[in-house]
Amino acid sequence: MRFRISISRKSGLADPEGVETARALTDLGYSGITAVHFGRTITIEADDGSTAATVTEMCERLLANPVIEDFTVEVLE
Amino acid sequence: MTAAIVVFPGSNCELDVEHALGLIGVDTELVWHRDTDLTGFDGVVLPGGFAHGDYLRTGAIARFSPVMAEVERMAREGRPVLGICNGFQILCEAGLLPGALIANRDLRFICRPVLVVVEQTDSILTRAATAGQVLRIPLNSYAGNYVAPTTEMLQMEADERVVLRYCDALGDTTSDNPNGSTNAVAGLTNAGGNVAGLMPHPERAAEDILGSADGKILLESFALSLNDRAAASL
Repeated sequence: MRFRISISRKSGLADPEGVETARALTDLGYSGITAVHFGRTITIEADDGSTAATVTEMCERLLANPVIEDFTVEVLE
Repeated sequence: MTAAIVVFPGSNCELDVEHALGLIGVDTELVWHRDTDLTGFDGVVLPGGFAHGDYLRTGAIARFSPVMAEVERMAREGRPVLGICNGFQILCEAGLLPGALIANRDLRFICRPVLVVVEQTDSILTRAATAGQVLRIPLNSYAGNYVAPTTEMLQMEADERVVLRYCDALGDTTSDNPNGSTNAVAGLTNAGGNVAGLMPHPERAAEDILGSADGKILLESFALSLNDRAAASL
């Protein structure tokens, strides 16, 4: 089984990388950029039998920080 | 009184902490992060560094090191638990302190002395200091920008748990915020006042030869708390 986890900063919290990148895109002439948000993608490969529920638990315990991050889990195959 | 100093793979300030605490008469012992028994220690320090390479998030993997169960026990028992820089990040990840530390506002690693003002003195970190006292202590971090959900931040301010804030020479906390920390938080404590974390390094400003001895008052506060615990367990 393969799972793809997408982790992103909770909206409303400071995101210095996003702010700086939005500024750079604007400097390059792209108008109308209102926000840039960075995240992280983690792919997990596991023996058959692992479930999305297990991976969700992994996110809650270790892979994401629930204080500042949201996440989604996608089953790839 | 004896304090444990936890060494994670990637810690790099443990000897500085040992030296600085030694200067004020605190016995310390370095303990490996896989140790599972801190019986006999009156308190514990999580020193600065880059535990587990700061992979995933700062402190995220260190928070599950075997020794952390003992750190959590000591926190529960009211023993002094101090996290400096990376140690502060680990305490936040472990949920022993609220909030989290993210990349500095200007996306630069900051390594220079900064000014912090003592906001309140009811903590293991500030009990020997005076409210309003301005201290000059080095900062040495990339992820030193403190954030917390708004409701938690309001609660923390209402409970007066922010013990140190970045400030200017006059103690004004609305200017000279080096890393963008919410409400200029440089150090905070838990509800019990026995778990504290700060981003600046008091051990690097603990004797005149280092250019500032201002950090000593914070380490002396920790020593007083260790002493109380040692006396209580006699």
